[in-house]
Amino acid sequence: MNATAAAVRMTGISKAFGGVRALDDVSLEILPGEVHALLGGNGAGKSTILKVLNGVHRPDQGTIEVGGVPLTTHTPEASRAAGIAMNYQEMSLVPTLTVAQNIFLTRERRDGIGFIDDAEAERRAAEIFAMLEVFVDPKAIVGDLGAGQKQLTEIAKAISQDAKVLVLDEPSTALAVSDVERLFVFLRKLKAKGVAIIYVSHRMDEIARIADRATILRDGRHVITAPLSELPIDTMIEHIVGKRSKGLADVARIQATKGEVLLELKDVSGAHKPEHVSLTLHRGEVLGLAGLLGSGRSSLARVMAGIDPVASGEIRIKGRAIVIRKPSDAIAAGVALVPEARATQGIIPAHSVGSNMILAVIGRLSKAGFVDTKAANALTDAQIERLKVKTASRDHAVATLSGGNQQKVVIGKWLATDPEILILDEPTAGIDIGSKAEIIRLVRELAASGKGIIMISSELSELLTACDRILVMADGRVYQDLPREALEDPAVPADDLAHRLQAAEQRLQIEIQKALAGEEN
Amino acid sequence: MASAFFANWRQNIIYIGFLVIFVVFAATLADKGFLNPNNLLNIVRQTAMIAVMAIAMTFVLSAGEIDLSVGAVAGLSTVTVAMAIAVGGPVVGVIAGLATGLAVGMFNGWLTTRVGIPSFLTTLAMMGIAKGVAMWISATAAVPILSPGYSWLFGGGNIGPVPVLLLWMVILGAIGHIVLRRTGFGRRVLATGGGETAARYSGIDTKAIKFKVLVISSSAAALAGMLYAGRLQSGRFQLGEGDELSVIAAAVLGGTSLFGGRGTVIGTIVGALMIGLINNGLILMGLEFSQQLIARGAIIILAVALSQKRT
Repeated sequence: MNATAAAVRMTGISKAFGGVRALDDVSLEILPGEVHALLGGNGAGKSTILKVLNGVHRPDQGTIEVGGVPLTTHTPEASRAAGIAMNYQEMSLVPTLTVAQNIFLTRERRDGIGFIDDAEAERRAAEIFAMLEVFVDPKAIVGDLGAGQKQLTEIAKAISQDAKVLVLDEPSTALAVSDVERLFVFLRKLKAKGVAIIYVSHRMDEIARIADRATILRDGRHVITAPLSELPIDTMIEHIVGKRSKGLADVARIQATKGEVLLELKDVSGAHKPEHVSLTLHRGEVLGLAGLLGSGRSSLARVMAGIDPVASGEIRIKGRAIVIRKPSDAIAAGVALVPEARATQGIIPAHSVGSNMILAVIGRLSKAGFVDTKAANALTDAQIERLKVKTASRDHAVATLSGGNQQKVVIGKWLATDPEILILDEPTAGIDIGSKAEIIRLVRELAASGKGIIMISSELSELLTACDRILVMADGRVYQDLPREALEDPAVPADDLAHRLQAAEQRLQIEIQKALAGEEN
Repeated sequence: MASAFFANWRQNIIYIGFLVIFVVFAATLADKGFLNPNNLLNIVRQTAMIAVMAIAMTFVLSAGEIDLSVGAVAGLSTVTVAMAIAVGGPVVGVIAGLATGLAVGMFNGWLTTRVGIPSFLTTLAMMGIAKGVAMWISATAAVPILSPGYSWLFGGGNIGPVPVLLLWMVILGAIGHIVLRRTGFGRRVLATGGGETAARYSGIDTKAIKFKVLVISSSAAALAGMLYAGRLQSGRFQLGEGDELSVIAAAVLGGTSLFGGRGTVIGTIVGALMIGLINNGLILMGLEFSQQLIARGAIIILAVALSQKRT
């Protein structure tokens, strides 16, 4: 195999962000003319290694060769010059330019005198979309497009580059099943021309159809590289899930007693998503929302928290119909949202732990306009104690804390409002495995103390550990309402916790894939 | 689509506004000589320097930056040009003027892109430095320019009835428009301001782009200073004082976004002409200077408010 130069050879790549190791001595080899699937759960390091390959991140250690030539400078320009093209998840589109202008950005079509020829670019863009048999208006301003059309623009931008190495990161999230087939036909043509293709997807059936070999990453480490023929789907899922769930498997499930109905949604729709969602949440219950990106989980959370408007339907809290128009209405009704983007929506990183903790209750802590420092400090200290936040003091900036402890500060900030219903959107994103287990333990404790909790997570093992019931969402709709027990595999011995969790995760994976295909049972 | 028409209506408010104001002034101020060709050409003469700086400012704003030092740099360049002409003649003068702009622009660009000071602060500080240098080297006195050829070419002359200043404005406007709309550089400028991360991921050296637009802006400011000097046959530090506000207003009125990513040179020139038109009309109406300031401010706020894209 060493006789032919690999299209890409990445050797011993390591990369850390702050204290968190995103990649640990990962090697990856892609051959010319193959479709190589890159698989792994969230936080496995897929996007990090792709960004290293693309020159967005500089590796801390390791070497990269493209077509046998070492890549010495790590910039997007250098990687592009070496023949690597990639569709970023909407990251490389300029919202103020048109679709055609974005596709050919830095490679603009020129007319006879060397001026940019937008008309020609629009024709070429239309050709690419026609080849994929999808319709996107090349003249549309990208900022006005929906997520799906943006994805298509990203794909068109990547495949228009005549690259030697084409990286497609979740290209199918925006495509209908028939469109995916056309994309595959095109990829097979590229493959025949000797282009190396790296394909990232959460849809195992796609991988099985298009990929020649696969590499699976887990927790920043290389697990296996093998031809697809040696990797049936359940083996793949097994490798992806792996022992990652071990830290979670021993999280004790404090059995909360299910109390009265706290929150009830009847046929609630948002402006775009969610669509006709009905659900109930009981006191002492943790309800999980499962689904892929764009399934409407976060939109549903934002509607319940008053950030996005309710278009139709009814929200009842403790049996009383209420109107939520703005976030303060939700807070007054006892609903708190711990948002998805911790750094921008959750905390003010440069401010102290204390001032972040009291941010949502400044009004309650103030007397005649002055913040009661004693009460504020008492509250902060109580939350630090209760949530076991590891910080040098309440006066240290939140930015100095680890991701897990930052998340605890956000949770503490919202707990200070004394909510009865707590919505957590991706509470464990970007934090290490130990802290994840701690956050989940905290979620269970909060439920046991009589709160109702809705949790969104892309990490299925976490949902399965934390939740009593799981709703499976796709395209803004709820497809399944599954009690946690329904996902257990009776064939696995009850005392093999890690294996039980793994089996349940595989079942939930399958339910999500079914929901994607639009199956309702 | 009614909404599409409405969006266009907002985008084109500058042209509609220009026409409305022109018609109102023409109707109400006809007896005071508003429509007299000489008066109209005077509007052009008074607006040309603002327009020249505003063309470059369109690039700066489009790239998501700002340049507050243009007025002071124009003033500085009037002084360096006048002093250099006195020593070495008009050619040396022109070189000195352009060198002034390049030097200031490169310094602004270096501070902004390499040291990492936001251009708002860099150029705010540069505003004081440029003015201070101009006062210092001229000992706050006017420096006369005794070169008729220079004065003709840079601002004072006419070709038949057409002021040379109009030609400067039209030629630079045409170049600016084509560069922004039809060249790779212009596209990179718009991409940098429209989404810096996306531009970088697409392989654009956004720092180099920002450096270049700041150099262009200072160079245009220096050229505007040369035009001031030629028109008034002297260099003084006060020339161009406060122009930065008119320049930015002209660009924003014309439809260029203060937040980057959107810019139009033609809109900018019309914006500059509109400011000149308003100034001229208010003077002809016989308003006092204090009233002029208030009226001008109100009209600009109205126009910008109307041009904002609603969501």
